Amino acid sequence: MELRGRRVPMVFSLVVWCALWEIVGRLELISLIPPLSECLRAMSEVVSSPTFVEAASITLQAFLIGMALSFTFGIGMGILMGINRSVASVMGMWVNIFESSPLTAVVPALMALLGFGLPTMIVTVFLFSVWVIALDTQVGVERANPSLVEMGRSFGASRRVLYGRIVLRDALPELLAGIRLGLIRGMKGVVIGQLLIAVIGVGYLFELYSRNFLMPQFWALLIVLFGFAFLASEAVAHVERKVSFYASSR
Amino acid sequence: MTESTSMTSSPRPETAAPPAVRVAELTKEFPGGVQALGGISFDVPGGELTSIIGPSGCGKTTTLKIIAGLIDATSGRVEVDGAPVTGPGPDRAFVFQDFALMPWATVLRNAAFGLELRGMRKAEREQVAREYVAKVGLAGFEDAYPHQLSGGMRQRVGLARALAVDADILLMDEPFASVDEQIRRKFQEDLLRLLSEEKKTVIFVTHSIEEAVYVSDQVVILTRGPSRVSNVVRPGVDHSGGSDAIRRSPEYLDWVERIWAELRDYLEE
Repeated sequence: MELRGRRVPMVFSLVVWCALWEIVGRLELISLIPPLSECLRAMSEVVSSPTFVEAASITLQAFLIGMALSFTFGIGMGILMGINRSVASVMGMWVNIFESSPLTAVVPALMALLGFGLPTMIVTVFLFSVWVIALDTQVGVERANPSLVEMGRSFGASRRVLYGRIVLRDALPELLAGIRLGLIRGMKGVVIGQLLIAVIGVGYLFELYSRNFLMPQFWALLIVLFGFAFLASEAVAHVERKVSFYASSR
Repeated sequence: MTESTSMTSSPRPETAAPPAVRVAELTKEFPGGVQALGGISFDVPGGELTSIIGPSGCGKTTTLKIIAGLIDATSGRVEVDGAPVTGPGPDRAFVFQDFALMPWATVLRNAAFGLELRGMRKAEREQVAREYVAKVGLAGFEDAYPHQLSGGMRQRVGLARALAVDADILLMDEPFASVDEQIRRKFQEDLLRLLSEEKKTVIFVTHSIEEAVYVSDQVVILTRGPSRVSNVVRPGVDHSGGSDAIRRSPEYLDWVERIWAELRDYLEE
């Protein structure tokens, strides 16, 4: 961003919005928005409470297991769809439908099927994140440099080595984009799932705070979640930037 | 004009041995009925450099990739030392027009990649690769990445990779097509010097008549639609006088003109 020819750091925008929030909060215009300082004070209280620790650990657990499943199935499916035309035409339509469908609607059905616990959350995370990973992997594999494939074949690479060490490596920029989007969707999935279940994890806390009008706590929790999501996606984006040089050079 | 012996200036080597590569009645039809090759036959004598030249779309690269075993022919066969080719093999190494270097790997790892695929131990293959990286003139660039190199330097890595696997036959698909003209000449000379040390049989695809005459012992001239061999000639330009002398010598210019005349006939048909 530039202002009158001078570069303004990105943090500036954050500072402006924080100040605005603080002012609106202090004016006590809306009871839903307490001042930012109050939210931050509440944050230390929320983060150290045993309910939060419990909620965070179960949320993290559901998220990590769900993502691990998504990576395994999404990348595997993407590779198959990228290599094999008939797999792509059989699976492609379904993957695209699920990728663009409002999966939130499926969560109540999952609850009926899998109960109000961890399995429902894991499956929710999986369903939210797996499709975009599969699609991006497919694109990456399809775009892999055909001349690198020929190179591998001409020097005697087996199919396994060809796909593992050359094609998948060449697809890494797309693969990482898929992983980053998958992580973000997985995080949405775990929170939405818990909000709908409303008796466990972070979703339960949200429910608890908002029902009792504990707005500073509510916002504090939201900020913690936003921060976590931002850091996770930035971590992958950092790796992405490291490999992006060869996405453009191929 | 089409009688191959009429254009032969130097006799064939006095060897009764079978050719290193024999291409016999090769045809290739791509899906959709496009006839790429219409029965191509020629022999490649061992230890020599044979160029395949012709107008674009005449199937030069297709022929080379069939010899490499990367593409299957529709009919006909390729023999290497008398044995039919069914796929890629350790007796042949390929140099790609677009270099085909892995952008995520260093020069050294790229040069060693053929050996890596053959399962050679890391220390060992890096030692071999280091030697060839130096031989192609890239000493000091072992840890650079392809995107940090110029086109000519990238192709040197491709050449080092092909030489490192120590195949008898080197297949080069327009290796200098993406290289600047000035660098190209230097590279051609380096290639000739390297090949005289390494004793390889080389099949070299090019669209440049000058290049073909300059580097080749034998030139296979292909024509279009469907592709077939129009002539096989042996310019055998004397390289003892240095590159500038050669490019001005009447012998060299004469051969360039004769091949051009032959190709022009087909272009005008």
